[in-house]
Amino acid sequence: MAHRILIVDDEPNIVISLEYLLKKEGFDVTVATDGDAALHKATEFRPHLMLLDVMMPKKSGFEVCELLRADATMADLKIIMLTAKGRETEVTKGLALGANAYITKPFSTKDLVAQIKTLLA
Amino acid sequence: MNAKTRFGLAVAALGLLMTGPFLMTVGILWADLGPDERAGFILAMDRWLPIGGFITLIALFLGLQLLRALFQQYVHGLLRMSETLRLMLGANRGFRVSLDGPPEVRELARAANDLAQQRNELLDDVEAQIRVAKATVEEEKNRLAALMSELAQGVVVCNLDGRILLYNSRARLQFKALAQGPTSMSGGALIGLGRSIFSILERGQITHSLENIQQRLRKGSAEPTANFITTTRGGQLLRAQMAPVLGRSDAAKAEGEGDGGPTLDRVNPLGAEQHVTGYVLTIENITRNFEREAERDQALQTLTDGNRAALGNIRAAVETLLDSPEMEAEIRERFMRVISDEASAMSSRLNATMNRFADSLKTRWPLEDVLAIDILSAAARRIEDKLKLPIKHEEEDASLWMRVDSFSLIQAITFLASRLQDHYEIRELRLRLAAEGKMVFVDLIWSGTTVSSETLYTWELEPMNVGNESSPLTLRDVVERHGGEIWYQREKAAHRAFFRIVLPAATTPDAPVADQAQHLHSDSRPEYYDFDLFAARDAEGAGIDLDRKLTELAYSVFDTETTGLQPSQGDEIIQMGAVRIVNNRLLRQEIFDQLVDPRVPLKPEGIPIHGITEAMIAGQPQLDVVLPAFHEFCHETVLVAHNAAFDMRFFQLKEDSLGIKFTQPVLDTLLLSAVIHPNQESHKLELIAERLGINVIGRHTALGDAFVTGEVFLKMVPLLADMGIVTLRQALEAAQKTYFARIQY
Repeated sequence: MAHRILIVDDEPNIVISLEYLLKKEGFDVTVATDGDAALHKATEFRPHLMLLDVMMPKKSGFEVCELLRADATMADLKIIMLTAKGRETEVTKGLALGANAYITKPFSTKDLVAQIKTLLA
Repeated sequence: MNAKTRFGLAVAALGLLMTGPFLMTVGILWADLGPDERAGFILAMDRWLPIGGFITLIALFLGLQLLRALFQQYVHGLLRMSETLRLMLGANRGFRVSLDGPPEVRELARAANDLAQQRNELLDDVEAQIRVAKATVEEEKNRLAALMSELAQGVVVCNLDGRILLYNSRARLQFKALAQGPTSMSGGALIGLGRSIFSILERGQITHSLENIQQRLRKGSAEPTANFITTTRGGQLLRAQMAPVLGRSDAAKAEGEGDGGPTLDRVNPLGAEQHVTGYVLTIENITRNFEREAERDQALQTLTDGNRAALGNIRAAVETLLDSPEMEAEIRERFMRVISDEASAMSSRLNATMNRFADSLKTRWPLEDVLAIDILSAAARRIEDKLKLPIKHEEEDASLWMRVDSFSLIQAITFLASRLQDHYEIRELRLRLAAEGKMVFVDLIWSGTTVSSETLYTWELEPMNVGNESSPLTLRDVVERHGGEIWYQREKAAHRAFFRIVLPAATTPDAPVADQAQHLHSDSRPEYYDFDLFAARDAEGAGIDLDRKLTELAYSVFDTETTGLQPSQGDEIIQMGAVRIVNNRLLRQEIFDQLVDPRVPLKPEGIPIHGITEAMIAGQPQLDVVLPAFHEFCHETVLVAHNAAFDMRFFQLKEDSLGIKFTQPVLDTLLLSAVIHPNQESHKLELIAERLGINVIGRHTALGDAFVTGEVFLKMVPLLADMGIVTLRQALEAAQKTYFARIQY
């Protein structure tokens, strides 16, 4: 069975690549474009892994991450935070709030896929 | 017994001495003689007595002359000499005793003259030295004045009470530019000698910086200074640096004086603890710089973070394209458009940013390197003090340094503690300090109640108000200012939760530098420090003490011009002028000068008197703005005016509607003049000024009259002192007495 991945990002220009890439890798991919939609789709779609952008309308990636981590039914969900902010303090915050990995843009698609595969292995 | 009586007695004694032995011999002879012999004796006597008596009289006369001459020369001569000596002692020390009289007296006079000569030389020497010393001080003062006026930064020197002892024109300009609303018309806002710095800068920040400095001094820091940023009422940003003014401790001083004077300089300066007697603030308005800085930050941010996302999109698209040769043409087209769009967006962002970046200057928010544990203990003290919330300390790495603005950080910690206490009723708070890489973690830990993270998000965006202390900054501002982060985390196992504030660690701890520290403790100070500024220490305390000497008080001398003489008949104030007197000096720079729109037409007959026309008052502020500003200008000073009752009547009619009250004591130069010269018929200002020898210029403007009144008052103070009127209370009582006397009359 293919792993389900939820891409959460409000920028279509990155979503297009991520979606194409991950589908090509054989994952089952769904997209959410803001924080609220992300939470909604997380319960509906039950992804194995989530690519979560930090800067988003409605709820930030940090908030989404915190809420998901507070939810016991989501305990197995892997979260990779993707952000255009590369400050060390933010990375630390993301990891403290329960993200499994933290990747700053721009990133190498190969590394991203490798990271996803490691987490899902 | 005076000289004359003694002379009389001496004459009597001489008379007795010359006649007594003869009379006694006659008496004994007479007793020894028989009756016949007595008759013979009488016969002989009859013949010889007139001659004997005559000779005796002549002898007596000669003796008298001799005695008189001696008396003149020795007794009177000495008396005269002593008068001359007194004269030399007091009024005219160049005077000399004339060398006449007998040799012994002349010798004495010579000795006295020699002594006087020696004393003269000594006094000349002392005077010369004083003159030299004064000239040096004067030169130093001039040098400092020149130095200060050249400075691009504002300089203010305060004593520990926050009273301003010295300021330069730049500081005045800066605060003037800052003054908003009513204070802008006080001709330079509230900076002034003897005024409180706390009317301009926040008390909490000053006290906090002073504490910091004292802590650094105790640790022997080479640079015991503190920086802080403050926002003024008008939203301007000021950056202040505080440096302590050091004096020796009183104990050392007392010891030095006990030894008798000059030993003070020999008290070992390393042994005597240096204590802070005041501080120097250098102040810079960085509003513009800060705006630029913010702009620059924003520029950098758009350059990095903005392009980071775009670059990420391009990179992902390109890599996908490269990896997917099988991609359909339509999708490939979409990928190409993403790349093209993002690339052109990046170009324009780059151009825009570079344009803005070009005129942004580099300034920095002054973060200081501090020992993290110092901040935590300061915060703990503040929380316990303000919130009565017990603080426990968990592992605290005492060696951690961080780079922070300590005041706002402590405010932030206190704010979080107060929110936790208010909303979750926590009973104690634990503080923890840890580090990771270049980050310092400050944790506020509590047990029991959990907090939702939304709550923290809300708190982050609220202004940090604790009790009656408010701050324009939010928690987010503070965290962002430090390039830090804050979040909420739970320690489920321990049933507790914490807020973690991440702050940058400092790379260069402020270690004491031996040789610089030496300089601090050495006797030599920079020359421009050598002033007796701090003598002004008690020039003005809080409030006004009626038993203070008139010479020690601060005054606001004021005058008003009005449309007419009947305040209750609708006459209004059209101009107010005031000048300050501090330490017996009329401060011609510290003035209040404002035209007022009376909202009633001017009376034509008044215009020649006050010279104020309708055109001049058009567009001027009204009294409801000006009077509160004036009220602020007079804060903590005694009011002085000529015929003050008249002006005060105008004020009183407005006090209620404006919600202000002039409660300070008022001295009236008209009444004081009547106290000093009760027999003069007129106590008009011009006539008093003339009597006291004051040049009157610029009369009949409010400020001009205030100047004259101020000078008159200063001349009156010593005259009042001659009458035994020394304190404010005595002056007020004396004025009241004449007032009643005049009324009754």
